[in-house]
Amino acid sequence: MDVTHATRGQDIDFDACLREGADEPLPGLGGITRRSLFKFCAGVAATMGLPAGAGISMAKAAAAPSRPPVIWLHGQECTGCTESLLRSYHPTLETLLLDVISLDYHDTLCVGAGKQALDYKHQMMEKHKGKYVLVTEGGTPTKNNGIYCQVGGKTQMELVREAAEGAAAIIAIGSCASWGGIQAADPNPTGAVGTHEIIPDKTVINVPGCPPNPYNFLSTVLYLLTFKRPPELDEKNRPKFAYGRLIHENCERRAHFDAGRFALEFGDAGHRQGFCLYKIGCKGPETYANCPAIGFGDVGEGAWPVGTGHPCFGCTEKETAFRKPIHALAQVATYTPPTAFPEVGAQKGEGVSPGAAAVVGGAIGVAVGAGAVLMKQMGEKKKDSEGTGAA
Amino acid sequence: MATAAHQPLARRIFTPTMIVLAALVAVAAYFVATRFMYGLGAVTNLNQGYPWGMWVVVDIVIGTAFGCGGFAMALLVYIFNRNQYHRLMRPALLGGLFGYTLAGVAVMIDLGRYWQFYNLLLPWYAQPSSVMFEVALCVLAYVIVLWIEFSPAFLERFGLYKVRDFLRRFMFLFIALGVLLPTMHQSSLGSLLLVMGSQLSPLWYTTWLPLMFLVTALAMGYAVVMFEATVVSNTFNLPSEQPILAKLSIMVGWMMAGFLLFRFAELALRGDLVHAFAGDLNALMFWIETALFLLPVAIFLTPGGRESQRLMFLGAVALLVAGSLYRLDAYLVAYTPVQNYTYFPSVPELMVTVGVVALEILLYLLFVKTLPVLHAHEPARTPKAR
Repeated sequence: MDVTHATRGQDIDFDACLREGADEPLPGLGGITRRSLFKFCAGVAATMGLPAGAGISMAKAAAAPSRPPVIWLHGQECTGCTESLLRSYHPTLETLLLDVISLDYHDTLCVGAGKQALDYKHQMMEKHKGKYVLVTEGGTPTKNNGIYCQVGGKTQMELVREAAEGAAAIIAIGSCASWGGIQAADPNPTGAVGTHEIIPDKTVINVPGCPPNPYNFLSTVLYLLTFKRPPELDEKNRPKFAYGRLIHENCERRAHFDAGRFALEFGDAGHRQGFCLYKIGCKGPETYANCPAIGFGDVGEGAWPVGTGHPCFGCTEKETAFRKPIHALAQVATYTPPTAFPEVGAQKGEGVSPGAAAVVGGAIGVAVGAGAVLMKQMGEKKKDSEGTGAA
Repeated sequence: MATAAHQPLARRIFTPTMIVLAALVAVAAYFVATRFMYGLGAVTNLNQGYPWGMWVVVDIVIGTAFGCGGFAMALLVYIFNRNQYHRLMRPALLGGLFGYTLAGVAVMIDLGRYWQFYNLLLPWYAQPSSVMFEVALCVLAYVIVLWIEFSPAFLERFGLYKVRDFLRRFMFLFIALGVLLPTMHQSSLGSLLLVMGSQLSPLWYTTWLPLMFLVTALAMGYAVVMFEATVVSNTFNLPSEQPILAKLSIMVGWMMAGFLLFRFAELALRGDLVHAFAGDLNALMFWIETALFLLPVAIFLTPGGRESQRLMFLGAVALLVAGSLYRLDAYLVAYTPVQNYTYFPSVPELMVTVGVVALEILLYLLFVKTLPVLHAHEPARTPKAR
């Protein structure tokens, strides 16, 4: 990265930051060097569409001596979001969660177990009251007082309310935490709901997806750390930088959609040639997410469902994933292609409408009538040579 | 031209006929406004296959042929020196004036990007090899010539005799142009179709298309003069022009007989007459046309036919319909731009055309009632023959 260029117009001296010991490990940041932290933060800032200087602010916030504590709760889910986060590489999740922030409690990743772990959680919640970030992963059952998901004898409902009490910010990661996810699909036997329904008086940042792209989560966390406020959110409380555009708008197969080239079943000629997947149920046209733009797994372009040949199933949309059948056609906001395209030889143009026929017929009728009357008059005039009829 | 040779008809201007015509014009004006606000697609049935529809074919191609009265009479009176027909000249010019002016208006309505029309007049954009360019310039020039040719009627109405006399010195120029220009563009309206090739049915497509269009335009010009003279003399109860029209009709009759003979001979020679027996729509239209062309020939070339004002009128109308149908067929019915395209004008499209025709009649009536157009009355010259 061109360092001078990246900091132009900012009051932060990026050069000075890197001048001394840029490649030595930063104290308190594990093995991470100052250079790689700056690179990461600048990359995150770019992903979020923030000015380059914001990357430096982020780096400073992340490297600050007191790392913000994070409490991470699991509800009804598959731990897929955590699994996905574990596979992010710039930085790795452990760098972020262990060094950039202070992950004080995580149901899956904590070393301690049982009462010891829970006691530590309570201790940290007390110590950092009003300062820690609460991350919820998974849905919360509400039926029968939420008995279907309990940790340490407390229901998830109670745990969420308890942890939300002293939280500075709350992030719901994944579709389950955002709005119930697969548990909430009909008939929803446990009455699963998203985190924000348990604590309706608090702002919950939803980072939906099944799983969400880890960088959307990381970017949100860094934004919170840096600016001490949530990024701009849409009406479903999703960060706009990640969920502001339809998948359809940035899809690499969009040209096929516009040209009317569709895969009609898995493995057919169109599918093998990478045609648009709309007709086999791709929900890209109704799903807001940045999947086509940033991809998954740090392996380059095309590493996302549609890129690998599977229709998008709309995991970032409450109304779509787990609710609409995978093969159902998406609602297209712009132009919906016809089920069948007309043949080359199809009739084009308008034929005779009844109204047009009536007008033509009427005009001919009037002309013939007028002509006939005139000719009749001529005959009469012949009979009485001094005709006196007026016009 | 005698000073008092023409005079306005002293008749009431606002008759029920005028009101009905004005109402039709208002309906057309509404649709024209719609066209200018929302575009051609909102009003017409035009499509990619048929970019030329009702307005081009009826208002322009057929409309200018109806306006050929002035051209046809000028050819007869000034070029062939048949001065006895001069009395029919001014009303014929008036018909031409409206036929052509309103065709020009119709072009502006039909042009997709009408605001670029002026580019036609910029020499550096000119494409002199284009038939359409020639037609456009020619029609534009002829509209101006027609107004100049007709201007003595205005000048006399407002007593500007000096201006009229001054203009008269140069009138020969405009009369010459008034014959030259329609000869050019009326034949070019046929040349436009030469490029259509096999898209046009062989019953109409011939390398002689320009000649066919010119001859039928002339015929329609004479027919419209006969039609107009008969209708006006009957409607306003004026002395009949029958004797002079009868003379004219002999010439028209022979001309059309020649046209039909030429058309059939040419078809037979190139072996395309078989298409007339194909039993399809084109063949049917061909025979209807032929019948309509044949009727005036039969009437005009028989003494009995020429004697009867009614038959003469019928012949003129048949000739007008035949000429119109010939144009309509060549431009729309027998013209297949691409397989599978269909076109029939929409109601708004038709109403605009009806409105244009209504406006022509309305203005004609208004002008003959307010300007010295019709030949001054004189005692009926002919004993009404029984």
